[in-house]
Amino acid sequence: MFENPGWLVVWPVVIPLLSAALAATAWGNSRSQATIGVGGLAAQLIASVALFSHVWDHGPVAMSMGGWQAPFGIALAADTLGAGLTMVGSLVGLIVAIHSIGTTDENHRKAGFFPLLLALMTGVAGAFMTSDIFNLYVWFEVTLISSFGLIVLGGRREQIDGAIKYAFLNLIATTLLLIAIALLYGLTGTLNMADLAGKEALLPQDSAVETIVLLFLVSLGMKAALFPLYFWLPAAYHTPLPTVSAIFAALLTKVGVYSLIRVFTLVFPESGDIAREVMIWVAVATMVLGALGALAESDIRRFVSFTVVSGVGVMVGGLAIGSELAFLGTVFYFIHSIIISAALFIAAGMISAAGKATRVEELAGLYKRAPYLAVAFLIVGLSLSGVPPLAGFWPKVYLVQAGHEAGSTLLVAGILVSGFLTLVAVGRAFALIFWRTGEDEAPVPEAGPLVKGSIGVLAVMTFVIGLYSAPVVEMASRSAGELLAPDAYIKTVLEGPSAAQSEGIPSAALTDTKEATQ
Amino acid sequence: MEVLFSIIVGVLFAISVYLLLSGSLIRLLLGIFVLGNATHLMIFVVGRLTQNAPPLIPDGLKVAETVIANPLPQALILTAIVISFSLFSFLLVLAFRAYQSLETVETDDMREAEPVTAHAPLRGRDV
Repeated sequence: MFENPGWLVVWPVVIPLLSAALAATAWGNSRSQATIGVGGLAAQLIASVALFSHVWDHGPVAMSMGGWQAPFGIALAADTLGAGLTMVGSLVGLIVAIHSIGTTDENHRKAGFFPLLLALMTGVAGAFMTSDIFNLYVWFEVTLISSFGLIVLGGRREQIDGAIKYAFLNLIATTLLLIAIALLYGLTGTLNMADLAGKEALLPQDSAVETIVLLFLVSLGMKAALFPLYFWLPAAYHTPLPTVSAIFAALLTKVGVYSLIRVFTLVFPESGDIAREVMIWVAVATMVLGALGALAESDIRRFVSFTVVSGVGVMVGGLAIGSELAFLGTVFYFIHSIIISAALFIAAGMISAAGKATRVEELAGLYKRAPYLAVAFLIVGLSLSGVPPLAGFWPKVYLVQAGHEAGSTLLVAGILVSGFLTLVAVGRAFALIFWRTGEDEAPVPEAGPLVKGSIGVLAVMTFVIGLYSAPVVEMASRSAGELLAPDAYIKTVLEGPSAAQSEGIPSAALTDTKEATQ
Repeated sequence: MEVLFSIIVGVLFAISVYLLLSGSLIRLLLGIFVLGNATHLMIFVVGRLTQNAPPLIPDGLKVAETVIANPLPQALILTAIVISFSLFSFLLVLAFRAYQSLETVETDDMREAEPVTAHAPLRGRDV
């Protein structure tokens, strides 16, 4: 039964789901909940590394649920991008879970922190690897309901306020996504993304398709926090526990961006052009306004929220250009952004714990009192702005080059200006929080080894990827190629795992089977 | 049939948009509720309506001989109803809790997470 490589796709989704159920049964015992939480995420990481190495060596894998062959059954499928992002996502999830042991108390755990975190990771892995578009909506809702639970954990007044805005706007966004999916189903009669890829050419190029394309852009753009629909993010992300903010920033908006990439490369490679014209303006506005917001903000955690928004703009900018080089930069930035967003929110949590304040005006002199934190924040912040040789520099080089080749001065200017503004914002935050001599010379409460270790690991990751970026570039370059020519992915999903092994099926045979199924 | 249902769906969407543009949490909740139901009805309509033909295939056959109702929208709606019901329940509890702790249901008055404050002067020895 387990000889089928398709099982590899199932484990990264099933393991956190089972662990969530298991952790929920250990409700009263916070110690074993933490063990199950970290253990489950470690097992998910192992499963996704196994999946990624298989995909790397043998090409995409797919598995149809219940033995119903696609396009009728729901299929999970992983190509280099899906498997790679699941791997990076579960690695950062594990680091955040370890960090959370040092920051959550008995009450948070008894309110279900670990089961909710595991359910969130289930939804994220499912969204990265589903090849059924209705199923994608279901995974969005799985992440949404667990994030609702996590955002109110602790129940302070500002959390309730943030949660209201977060919950209402995200629920409307997923309902819009469902409307777009329903209309697409009405037009094509299928929900399988690989099957939809072959149907695009048959669609009439009229206002119905344009409406659906733009509905996908609006709904997924709202999830991804694109201009002008990003306002829920800085209204909510600074309110929950720092560790919850870290996992939200690392993965939730990324799921929206990932779905945008999937929909516009697989389902609408041609008819998406109407959205691409809008997308480039939206992307540049998002990156520049996000950076300006970060510059204007004096609450340290809201400052980080705005930098997350700015990063979303950079990724969508690459998608709008849509060349192979642009996708290379986008995928690289995606991985960099998962690491950096988690690290920034962890750093912001440590800063407010050390300085006992959240506003930069009230924080001062932490350089002397918390030197470890100062160094970590500086590395992470400079990587965010794209200063060489840190990891944030390389994807921006590729994206600027791609924008230049495509003749899009707008994108090139947007990336450079937003990078500069981010650098000024990071410098301002660093100068005010760390360099400025404070009135208070008392030593700060020492952060625990797990908290220090998690930010340390993330900072080292962004440093090492910057110095030795070849593996990430290779992964991103292969993903970019697969995104633009998804034949292997489509073949694997529609014809089962056996088809993937037999190389060299001419693409004419593929279209024949597709016509036969219509 | 489909035209009639499409008009009903359109009216429901219009109602939900009107309610969602309001500043009161109660109206927002009702708007979300109507939006969800309009969407479910829409999924039903886009799957094409068939009267008096349940999606059953007789024993021994692999494909139905006559036109039968499309079973997939029903499965999709069932999933969507369960999801929207659970999320709506959460929103109800959240809104009630917000009313208790923030003492308002007007979203314009909810400034707890984003307080409107003037920039405080820098506190430090040498600025």
